[in-house]
Amino acid sequence: MLYRETSQFKTTYAEDMAIFPIRQDRIALGVLLGIAFIGLPLLATFHIWPFGGDYLLWAILLPFLILALAAIGTNILVGYCGQISLGSGAFMAIGAYSAYKLATGVHIPLAWLGFAISIPPLPILASILLGGLAAAGVGILFGIPSLRIKGLYLAVATLAAQFFFDWVFLRVPWFTNYAPSGSVNAPELNFFGVVVQTPIERYLLCLTFVTVTAILAKNLVRGNLGRQWMAIRDMDIAAELIGIRPLYAKLTAFAVSSFIVGVAGALWAFVYLGSWEPLAFSLDRSLDLLFMVIIGGLGSIMGSFVGAAFILIVPIMLNLIPTELGVPLSTETITHLQLIIFGSLICYLLIKEPRGFARLISIGKEKLRLWPFPY
Amino acid sequence: MANIARNLLILAAAILSGAVFTAPAAAQNEQFIPILSYRTGPYAVNGAPYANGVADYYNLINERDGGINGVKLLVEECETSYATDKGVECYERLKSKGPTGAAFVNPLSTGITFALTEKTTADKIPIITMGYGRADSKNGAVFPYNFPFLGTYWSAADIAIQHVAKELGGFDKLKGKKISLLYHDSPYGKEPIPMLQVLAKKYGFEFTPIPVTHPGVEQKSQWLAIRQNRPDYVLVWGWGVMNSTAIKEAASVAYPRDKMIGVWWSGAEPDVTPAGDQATGYKSLMLQHGAGRFPVHADIEKYVYAKGKGSTEPGKVGEVLYNRGIVNAMLGVEAIRKAQEKFGQKPLTGEQVRWGLENLNLSDARLQELGFAGMLKPIRISCADHEGARDGRVQQWDGKGWKVISDWYTADEALIDPLVNEVSTKYAADKKLQPRDCTKES
Repeated sequence: MLYRETSQFKTTYAEDMAIFPIRQDRIALGVLLGIAFIGLPLLATFHIWPFGGDYLLWAILLPFLILALAAIGTNILVGYCGQISLGSGAFMAIGAYSAYKLATGVHIPLAWLGFAISIPPLPILASILLGGLAAAGVGILFGIPSLRIKGLYLAVATLAAQFFFDWVFLRVPWFTNYAPSGSVNAPELNFFGVVVQTPIERYLLCLTFVTVTAILAKNLVRGNLGRQWMAIRDMDIAAELIGIRPLYAKLTAFAVSSFIVGVAGALWAFVYLGSWEPLAFSLDRSLDLLFMVIIGGLGSIMGSFVGAAFILIVPIMLNLIPTELGVPLSTETITHLQLIIFGSLICYLLIKEPRGFARLISIGKEKLRLWPFPY
Repeated sequence: MANIARNLLILAAAILSGAVFTAPAAAQNEQFIPILSYRTGPYAVNGAPYANGVADYYNLINERDGGINGVKLLVEECETSYATDKGVECYERLKSKGPTGAAFVNPLSTGITFALTEKTTADKIPIITMGYGRADSKNGAVFPYNFPFLGTYWSAADIAIQHVAKELGGFDKLKGKKISLLYHDSPYGKEPIPMLQVLAKKYGFEFTPIPVTHPGVEQKSQWLAIRQNRPDYVLVWGWGVMNSTAIKEAASVAYPRDKMIGVWWSGAEPDVTPAGDQATGYKSLMLQHGAGRFPVHADIEKYVYAKGKGSTEPGKVGEVLYNRGIVNAMLGVEAIRKAQEKFGQKPLTGEQVRWGLENLNLSDARLQELGFAGMLKPIRISCADHEGARDGRVQQWDGKGWKVISDWYTADEALIDPLVNEVSTKYAADKKLQPRDCTKES
């Protein structure tokens, strides 16, 4: 029905291996990107339902995009390479604080050597990308133990990264430019002369980052590197025997993952929060990201988006429903109900489909392709 | 297959049912006021009485006066759990409700205040942070939309040190003394540090900041350090469960409770009652008012509780944080009333209410009319001074109730203003803001 693949012939290897081999998928993606890049901003510009105010852009779409980006990063490490990480929040923080330092100018006085390292404030785009690189560097460092320890033990080692960086950004005033309260303000978002200010501009900026990263990540996991990661994930000893170097595969996974998570952290701080403290990147954030990739689907780029949407949006919806329907419940009861329903929803989903939304969607797609005789 | 279909259906229902989040049904002559509160999470014990006070006072205005000059107050509460991201979400959700949008916002969290400061300025919605928030926002020239009414943490730090000096018998006795600050490791707890450093330098006492990680239930190592160091005084900058934990830990290392002075957020009933007898002797600052009932409470009983519209048990009316809630709500309501004098008796925008806040002037006589005589001193806001008043007293827990044990102290502007100017000027430079010229504001 939807997926009538008659007359879609593939005559070359490249066509066979294309990122979206089915025409309908390409069209659907095109439409989706069209809606995201053109449709939504247009609706928002003219305040057409549901864009009454900025709420949908500011409070839902913006955090959704940035967290989806972070979830892609986490998914590369956890879902594709099988290295459980509880340190994603820390890598977001590293991205955010490095970008902040670079955007406001770095000054390291080396008194005992008689000179100082001074870097003038960098442009914002360079700061964000270099923030990601800094996170990648630290990611490699904390990835080294993964060569010796595996599974839950590795999770505990990455937990150490989380606590360590929570501590660093709270206690080392250099990172916050000696702000008395420890809370820092994002610099002006100036991209080559264009100042990003309104929610629509912020949304488009994040959307661009997310789209580019998602396409790059998708290609990466389909290629040589991605197959190495998956081989390591599925059975590291077998992978080693067929000639995959665990050192290279694991550390690249840590680097790529931390880079993406770091960029997401910088965007979270600069574009969404505007002013932040280390608590914004606490262990809760790491756990949220881990839940996103588990519920969305381990080893799926699309799953990262669905997972991010589920973890971020469903609680907000659950919270909004009683108020909007006019049910007279106190905010306290609503919040407790929200927690109860959301928790049971997660349990139910994981029992019914342990491999997450991505698996549900791919089953659905297979059935549609075999329509009207699915099995 | 059936299973999957059912799963998807349930999921779709869950997501689609969220799509009803428009449909604002607001009458025209209503002023919308959002309440950001937290009745859940680690700070719920302190957040709930405050939110009850705020809700009851707005209810009182509607029930007794029929609104402000006939403009009814439309209130909606949003749960933040004291989390910054949820607070921002709540603000976005509520900022454009009602005919004219939010009149002002009280986040009751310094972290949320920091996160909202830029947004509220862009949206032209005032942010009232009574007794908390950014201390540098006292400077209205740089922060036109921030109003840290009645006292900032820098004022609180100065008042606390004045009281310590008085107990010791003079400011010269501070020299060589050891004063520790046990603080909640967040912008809230860190705010007083620069001021205390200035004071330590001036009076020559030894100042040690001791951080406690959120939410503050784990303080063993901090109190071990206090036991070893034996400071002469411990200032407590805690919130929620951190306060009662601090008192219990102090008892377990036998640190005298009457040498502990909490900030005004560490001096309510939920902070001391969990510690039982161990809390006896504990002192805290008062943000002018303390616990107790005043004429306004009689009105709340009569117009709100007698009609069964109260938000808490009648016995809790008059607790410290409940009172702080009604003071907070009253200042906002009076600002709207002031703004109505200029802009007309209709629902006002945040920008118009901002004018009312900046020109707020409550005399003793007016406070008497409002039923707040004895709770508050007169307060007068101006462009250059968004704090309005910086007076405080000290109260002590005697095991059953709070007793006021000191006269009024006034924080020293000569000490605070240079720091306010320094930090706010730096903020303006960072943000490339052009400060207003306060001499030209009417």
